[in-house]
Amino acid sequence: MNEDELSKMNGSPPDEPEPDLLASLVPAKVADSLDGDEVAAEDQPAFSRRQFLTSLAVMGAAVGLGSQLVKTPAASAATTTTATQPAQATSRTRATLPQWTMIMDLRYCNGCNDCTTACQYTHVLPKDITWIKVYEMSNPDGQSYYLPRLCQMCEDPPCQAVCPVGATFRNDEGIVLIDQNVCIGCRTCMAACPYESRYFNTEPMPTVPKQPFPPSPEWPVPQQMNTVGKCVLCAADLSKGMLPSCAQACGMGVIYLGDLTSDVAVNSQGNAVKLSQFVKENDAVHLKEELGTNPRVWYIPGHGQDWKDSY
Amino acid sequence: MSRMTTYERLPQDDPERQKLREAAIRPMVQKPGRGYKLLVGVLGILVILALVAFYLQIVDGRSVDAYSNEAFWGLFIANFITIVGASYGGAVVSAVLRLVGATWRAPLVRIAEATAVATVIVGGAAIIPSVGVPGRMWEFIARPNFSSPLIWDALAIGTYAFASIVFFFLPVIPDLAVAKETMGDRAGKTRTTIWRWLSCRWNGSGRQEKLLGRMMTILAIMIIPLAVSVHSVLGWAFANTSFRPWWSEELWAPLFVIAALYSGIANVILSLAALRHAYHLEDYITERHFKSLGLLMLPFGAAYLYMEVADFLPGSYHGEPGTAAVFKQLFVGSYAPWFWLFIVMGIVVPILIVSMRRTRKIGWIVLAAGFVVPTFWLNRFLMVAVPATYDMINGSFGTYAWTWENIAITLGSVAAVPLILLLIFRVVPILSVTEMENMEMESLAQEAEALMHAGNGNGNGYVQREKALEGTYRPGATDEFEEEDDFARGEEEE
Ligand code: SF4
Ligand code: SF4
Repeated sequence: MNEDELSKMNGSPPDEPEPDLLASLVPAKVADSLDGDEVAAEDQPAFSRRQFLTSLAVMGAAVGLGSQLVKTPAASAATTTTATQPAQATSRTRATLPQWTMIMDLRYCNGCNDCTTACQYTHVLPKDITWIKVYEMSNPDGQSYYLPRLCQMCEDPPCQAVCPVGATFRNDEGIVLIDQNVCIGCRTCMAACPYESRYFNTEPMPTVPKQPFPPSPEWPVPQQMNTVGKCVLCAADLSKGMLPSCAQACGMGVIYLGDLTSDVAVNSQGNAVKLSQFVKENDAVHLKEELGTNPRVWYIPGHGQDWKDSY
Repeated sequence: MSRMTTYERLPQDDPERQKLREAAIRPMVQKPGRGYKLLVGVLGILVILALVAFYLQIVDGRSVDAYSNEAFWGLFIANFITIVGASYGGAVVSAVLRLVGATWRAPLVRIAEATAVATVIVGGAAIIPSVGVPGRMWEFIARPNFSSPLIWDALAIGTYAFASIVFFFLPVIPDLAVAKETMGDRAGKTRTTIWRWLSCRWNGSGRQEKLLGRMMTILAIMIIPLAVSVHSVLGWAFANTSFRPWWSEELWAPLFVIAALYSGIANVILSLAALRHAYHLEDYITERHFKSLGLLMLPFGAAYLYMEVADFLPGSYHGEPGTAAVFKQLFVGSYAPWFWLFIVMGIVVPILIVSMRRTRKIGWIVLAAGFVVPTFWLNRFLMVAVPATYDMINGSFGTYAWTWENIAITLGSVAAVPLILLLIFRVVPILSVTEMENMEMESLAQEAEALMHAGNGNGNGYVQREKALEGTYRPGATDEFEEEDDFARGEEEE
């Protein structure tokens, strides 16, 4: 990632971090868990899971090296080092595989669009294709708030059901992906997705610099023209212990990557939380729960949203 | 009894018959005039332009024809629904008239069925420019996902297209023999070869005729549920796949079926009028046919209007945010002029025209049909594009842009229909001579009686339920004859 851009993205620390959030910042614990592979399981189950170590290591490095809340370019270098560790996901059975989720803490979103820019930069997308898009929404009382929308990684994805050729699928880690070598570009999935998460690549893609991986559903870079694409939760990076690029880029720590299996969620600010507890205590909701798509992305309201405008 | 072919049973030198046969082969022998050449030239250019535009959008991406992420479905889907819908009219009109034994159908079934074939071919092709990577469409067969409505769509349309082609083709077979006999030397080599291929060793024996008649009855019965299913599945391709407002309506399948019937009949009226004028078929295709078809449009138009109200009223009344936003766009928003244009010109005015005796004339009815066909295309476009441009997160509407490419493809697909029709009638008689002669034969009471009593029936086994022979192109049938006909049929069925 372009370093200037990255530091620009990460340049704005939260204005007024909530005290309880600060209390739950855990660099020390992270360091612990890095040293010994196992940590006392009962009180801190969150940090005892192997599959989450690497992503915590990212944050540990970030916090340790920068000795401040924001990740510096140096930290991003550390990220790359961590990424060279062998992926641990290979020998696991499905039950112990991570099940990725996201939590969007809307209380801190200031609508800066850094996530969108970072995502477009990482996946080499043209301007109008926004796999994560920050909507400005308005409350009935006239105030506005921001709603970053990405693929909700539905557990019952309607987009998968309607794909006539089975190009859309859900992998073992709960990530909904598109095989662009199969997709015929009929856009039925765009009709089906109630979250506007999908994008049709109407134009030739910009030229793409050399990529760490060949194009695959997990890393669909470059995108294929005339097929459909969407957020892939940076699936190829997750196994290397990296946060998705939007989460990395969010200087406000809005975007948490979570894992249902280990019940942990972390954001770019080194804030690691127990997922189930965090979600419950903050009254997190899914978008359009009534549609039965069982999304995996939580939103923590905090601006008096009444969610009436979920269409 | 030694069998004669149908046309041998009739007096050979009857001038009426000669006239009919000449009329039926007129498109093949008529010297192409300047108008004809001009027409074919223009249509051909339009089709070629469409192909060029199609190529461009494959190379340059779908943005060249207005697809954006604000409007992921649009024009081509509307074209597809409209053209396939037009086919419905021809097939079902012909099938229903066959089944109820309406004898007046004889002169128009060929044109109706040919229209059905031409439109189903073009309609099926019209979906291709909408698909992002047409080269991968074989995956529909190679790796179908049967939970997708689109697979059922493809299956239904494929089956229906096949059935309607057979339905068109079967009654053509005996006519080829007639054409061959009438044309004589004028036929030319190519045409003779094609006929030999197409005629499937037809020799006009009674057995063959009986088989053919039975096949036609079975097909006529089959084609109705097939067509209903095609248009229902089309509606469900929206209603099932999507949570979008207005698309996710239970009413969409019947709405599609009725719309297809209504606009399909209008389409038949238009092609009847055009071909009648071009090939001077005024003696055979008469005002009566237009009146009957116009009256047939009436209930479907009324039903459609009723269902529109049933569709819109609940949504606008309790006003869920999405549905309300879409309906508002339609009623008073930026699409309102088009929507009301459709309601008035597509439904109200045509219904008025055909329901008033004073305007129930050929010209007026053709005018009404001329209103219906394009406004129903407009209606489909609104049905597709308005919900598609709606943003399900913040409730805003995207815009739909027009480009020359998508207009070219649309015009090209419209132009392809008459082009295929003209091509078909270069090979196939434009009137179903055999059928008309069969009907005529019935009206020649004497001869018919003799043949019936000999146990042949009229040889073609068509179900004859309707008594009234009124309106055949050759008046003169009597009630006594009708009774004979019934009697004969009774024998035949034993
Ligand atoms: S959010 Fe949309 S694209 Fe993502 S899984 Fe759900 S339906 Fe599919
Ligand atoms: S556009 Fe591609 S992924 Fe979407 S439904 Fe069609 S084939 Fe499937």
